[in-house]
Parts: sequence; C-alpha cells; structure tokens
Amino acid sequence: MNKSGIVDIELWQLMAAYAYVIVLLVIVRIMGIKREKIIVVSSIRMTLQLIIAGYVLIYLFNHPSFWFLILLFFLMEGFAINNTFKRVKVPLNRELKKIIAYSLGGGTTISLMYFLLVVIGSNTWNDPRYFIPIAGMLIGNSMTGISLGINRLIDSMRTEHDRIEGALMMGATPKTASKDIVNKAFDASILPTINSMLGMGIVFLPGMMTGQILSGTSPLIAIKYQIAIMLGILGSVAFTVLIFVHRAYKVFFNKDAQLLLPEETVTKE
Amino acid sequence: MKSPDNEKPVFKLKEVKFNGILYIKELAITEKKTTAIVGKSGSGKTTLLKLLNKLISPNSGTIYYRDTPLEAIDSVTLRREVVMMPQTPVIFEGNIRENLLIGLKFSEKKLPSDDRFMSMLQAVGLDKKLDEPAHQLSGGEKQRLALARVMLMEPLVWLLDEPSSALDKDTEDEVMQKVVDFGKRNESSIIFVTHSISMAEKYAEEIIEIENGEIVSIKQNHHE
Repeated sequence: MNKSGIVDIELWQLMAAYAYVIVLLVIVRIMGIKREKIIVVSSIRMTLQLIIAGYVLIYLFNHPSFWFLILLFFLMEGFAINNTFKRVKVPLNRELKKIIAYSLGGGTTISLMYFLLVVIGSNTWNDPRYFIPIAGMLIGNSMTGISLGINRLIDSMRTEHDRIEGALMMGATPKTASKDIVNKAFDASILPTINSMLGMGIVFLPGMMTGQILSGTSPLIAIKYQIAIMLGILGSVAFTVLIFVHRAYKVFFNKDAQLLLPEETVTKE
Repeated sequence: MKSPDNEKPVFKLKEVKFNGILYIKELAITEKKTTAIVGKSGSGKTTLLKLLNKLISPNSGTIYYRDTPLEAIDSVTLRREVVMMPQTPVIFEGNIRENLLIGLKFSEKKLPSDDRFMSMLQAVGLDKKLDEPAHQLSGGEKQRLALARVMLMEPLVWLLDEPSSALDKDTEDEVMQKVVDFGKRNESSIIFVTHSISMAEKYAEEIIEIENGEIVSIKQNHHE
C-alpha cells in the first residue's frame, strides 16, 4: 500500500496474473480447443501496447503539448479506421472506405469536442489526462459499432435483395427501399452499447469506474464520470453509425436507382 | 414487327442487347392492350420485363417509353407509371392492409379507404381480413395479394411476371379475367410473362414469343 492508501500491484503479483493465463492455456490444450496461439499473441500484444501507452501517457502528462495531443488523436483515429476495414468480412472498395473514414472521424470528433468542451469544461479540454482516455473510449466503442453496422448492411443487402428490388419495381426511391435495412444496421450497431448500459451497476461495474475506484477516487465521482462517459459513448456510436448508414446505402445503387449486389459494389474498385 | 399505324406503341425497342441473354432487333408493344410474352424458362422473358421497368439497363440499343428514350426518364418516375410484379411475390413485414398500402406509399400516391382495399381483395378472390398477418398466407394467396397491390396503384403500364404461377387452374382463370378487365377499364397497358401458351391465347391481344433471347414471332390475337 502506498501513501495515498492505494494498493500498488507488485511485479510478482502481475506475474501471478500471467500465471492464470498459463493455467487457461493448459486447460484449452487439454480440451483440444486450438486457440493457444491467439491467447498468447493477444496477451503479449496487449501487454506491449499498454506498456507503450503508459510511457506515452507519462510523457504527455509531464510535458503537455497541444500538437502532440492532436497527432496522437489522428493516430488513434487512423488505427481505428484501419481496424474497422479489417473487421469487415469482405474486401471494401474505395468509396465505402471513404465513407467509413469520415463517418468514424466525424462522429467521434464531434462527440469528443462536445464532451470535452461542454461536459468536462472548457479550461481542461486539452488536458491529456482527460483528452486521451475519453477519446480512446469514444473512438474504440464507435469502431466496434460501425464494424457491426457495416457487416449487417452488407449481409442484408444480399439477403434482402428481392425485397429491395420488389420495392424499386413499385416506384420506391433507393432510400425508401432500403429504409428497413438501414434501421436494422443502426440497431445492430448500438445494441452492444445499449445492453452494456442496461446491465451497468447491476450485472457489472464498468471498467473505467472500477479503475477510478481502485486508484482511490470516491465512488460518487467515479459514477458521475461513468454516467457522462456512457452517454458520450452512446452519442458517439449513434452519431458515427448514423452518418455511415445514411451515406453507405447509396453505394449499393447506381445512378439509375438500380440495385447492385455487394459483389458488384463493395468489393469492386 | 411494328404495331398497326392507328395504334400508339407504349414501348419501342431498337437493337437492344443484354449480357448475351437477350437480343431484340426491333419491337413495339401497343398501348392500352394486353400483351403476353411467352417462351420457355431461361428464354429472357423476365429480363425483358426488367428492362422495361428500368430495373436493369441494356448493354446497347435503345428502349423508348412513349417515344422518350428510357435514359432520359428518371427511373423512379418511370416505375411509378410502369409497375412490375415479380414472379415470387414480395411480402413486406406487417398485415395485409400494410402490404396493400406499401405500393401506394412507395409511389407517393393518395391512400384509399378500407372499403377500397376490401374490394381489391375481393377482385383477386382473397377472402381475408385486413388485419391478418401477411407472412402467414400461402404462396397462391401471396401472389393474389401482390396482384391486388398493383391494382390499387392503378399504373399506366403493368408488368406482370408469371402472375398466376402459384394459382390452381380455376383460381387462375377467375383472377386473370378480373385483372385484365380491371386493366381495360382503367385503359392500362398490361404486359405479362407466361410459359403457358393457352393462358396467353385466352387473355392477350398480342402474343410475343421469345426463344433463346430473340423474338421468334408476334401474333395478333383477336377475341370475339
């Protein structure tokens, strides 16, 4: 325990946490579930990423720089956009990649600015202590949301092809003909966030709040931050996906309001 | 392959080619008449209907709708006048009323009363309540519901792809006669695809026969 009453984790305790993963690996191997490699790779990758992030944060907190913060924000956005491309089951064409990039960039930037300037307060908006963790949470959750939305949109455009074409045959505009699909893609995107909000405080304590409490913050302050950040995440995911779906459905139609198959659109350069 | 001089064509096709499936050198389909397109499966009948609905575009050649090339007509505007019904009827979520309404909503037309809906259901011999869920209907009932939906829209041109394929012989006769009579009263042009020569001869005034993507004959069929 240190002077502020917080229990610091010693190196051997951290090693004990890794030992727990080794036990898991042994069980997985005995049961013949061939997932040892991904467990090892993800554990090592997570460790390295967090160590680097820790040192970057220490440097930033000690030497706050606006431009370095902006650079870091763009790096986070770039990583999230690239990760979204990888999470989609089919190769994407340039047009759809562009829509993903500006939806994710636009949705998260607007939400982050509102959150930092209005909710947290204008004086501290560029303080790395607030900017980085909040940006990370908004971008990370929006990335998951938009990935789910893209997969649902592409799947539905294929499975609901006859229904969309049936609507077009009767004079529906592409927007009207794909309205249900767009709405369902939006639902699929925000459902994990909604479920997480519904279970919060009852089924589990969220990670950010747990982290704050463990580091000595009053539970009441931690809860206020958690409420604010959850609303921010909901807004950011919803905003990102709304921008995306209302642009992306158009990729599946040509200028003559004819429906194209995903094979003819999203994967075609 | 031209329509008689006193009759105006609703569609004219010139040198139309589509993906090696269809090649039409010249064709005119007469306005306000019932035209049947007959041929074996895979002969290009459905492709022709889709071209007329501008759901697909030809690789080369020109299709004229009332003397205007289709490229010059907005697709959505065209499809609100030239409505197509696919062979497998499309049923949307909701009940029968919602499924009847949806065509009018898509084409942004005035919504009628329940009495009008019931009379359309009656016309296609569908004895169902408007609140019944549509997805529970049988294949034949869904086809009749889709026909009633097109009738409610009162389009200028009807493109019907095998409109009675899921109906038994008696129902087919009853429904097709009512559909054709309804179209005639509204001075609509009805273009329907069928593999049945007897059905074409019974209801159509013009019969276009397609084989391997090409027109092999056009017959005038005079009913007494």
